[in-house]
Amino acid sequence: MAFDSLDAFFAMGGHGAYVWSAWAVAALAMVGSVVHARAEHHRLLRDIQRRVRRDTTTPRADHNAS
Amino acid sequence: MWAFIHKFGSPKWFYGISARLLPWCWFLAVALILVGSIWGLAFAPADYQQGDSFRIIYVHVPAAFLAQSIFVSMAVAALVFMVWKIKVADMAAAVMAPLGAAMTFVALFTGSVWGMPTWGTWWIWDARLTSMLILLFLYVGVIALRGAFTSRDSGARAASVLSMVGVINIPVIKYSVDWWYTLHQPATFSIASRPSMPVEMWWPLLLMVLGFYAFFIAITLMRTRNEILRREAGKHWVRELAAGDA
Repeated sequence: MAFDSLDAFFAMGGHGAYVWSAWAVAALAMVGSVVHARAEHHRLLRDIQRRVRRDTTTPRADHNAS
Repeated sequence: MWAFIHKFGSPKWFYGISARLLPWCWFLAVALILVGSIWGLAFAPADYQQGDSFRIIYVHVPAAFLAQSIFVSMAVAALVFMVWKIKVADMAAAVMAPLGAAMTFVALFTGSVWGMPTWGTWWIWDARLTSMLILLFLYVGVIALRGAFTSRDSGARAASVLSMVGVINIPVIKYSVDWWYTLHQPATFSIASRPSMPVEMWWPLLLMVLGFYAFFIAITLMRTRNEILRREAGKHWVRELAAGDA
């Protein structure tokens, strides 16, 4: 352990604001990418499911792939 | 070889195989980044000159590595798309651009907050910093160019050409610290030579770099799958897959 106490760990030898903001921005970008990708996946699947349901309830609908 | 390329180029095959690869990529990414972060933040010794602000290296260097590697990957995917007309390659290239732009921003931001306590300035028109800023503009250019065409294929071709031309900036970034040595320190991380930092500082950096690469692969697989769903939404296998998932 490079620090004596939890306070010293957060203070980062007086450079806390720099160190923690760097980590926060990196974490935000990475976690944001994951959250976005997951939401996108569910939205796309839901849209396709809706289209499949619509096509099966109206039998004369055009089934051609676009 | 040809059979392999065409099999790999099949969106349906890619969708299946990537689902099996994803859990491993996520496991590696989370484990490496978690261990690397705790090690780098709490256990690595403070730098004798920079004190604790040097710990920014553990996000700055991996982000900068990814920023450049993603551009090269995107250019390779663009080349594969242009030469063999493999659609999955273009889908991968399309999803890499925003991620690369985000990583370039992270590299610039973390560099900036590292510059303040060590150099006394947020920004300087140093060759390394300037070439990284150009990289960010190249990413934005690739994204904008792809969206600027009404036809998806024209956008894909234009973005591919810009990616392949823009890759020339990568060696400029890499050698900028040697060619025009001003303020940015030379590479701390090299495969060819012995680490220029104590091993107890170097190990967490290696874990972080590997973790960031695993993260890049995982996100790219995930978003390429999404791109497949988007572009192949009318295909029979996608409709069956979605219906089975409901």
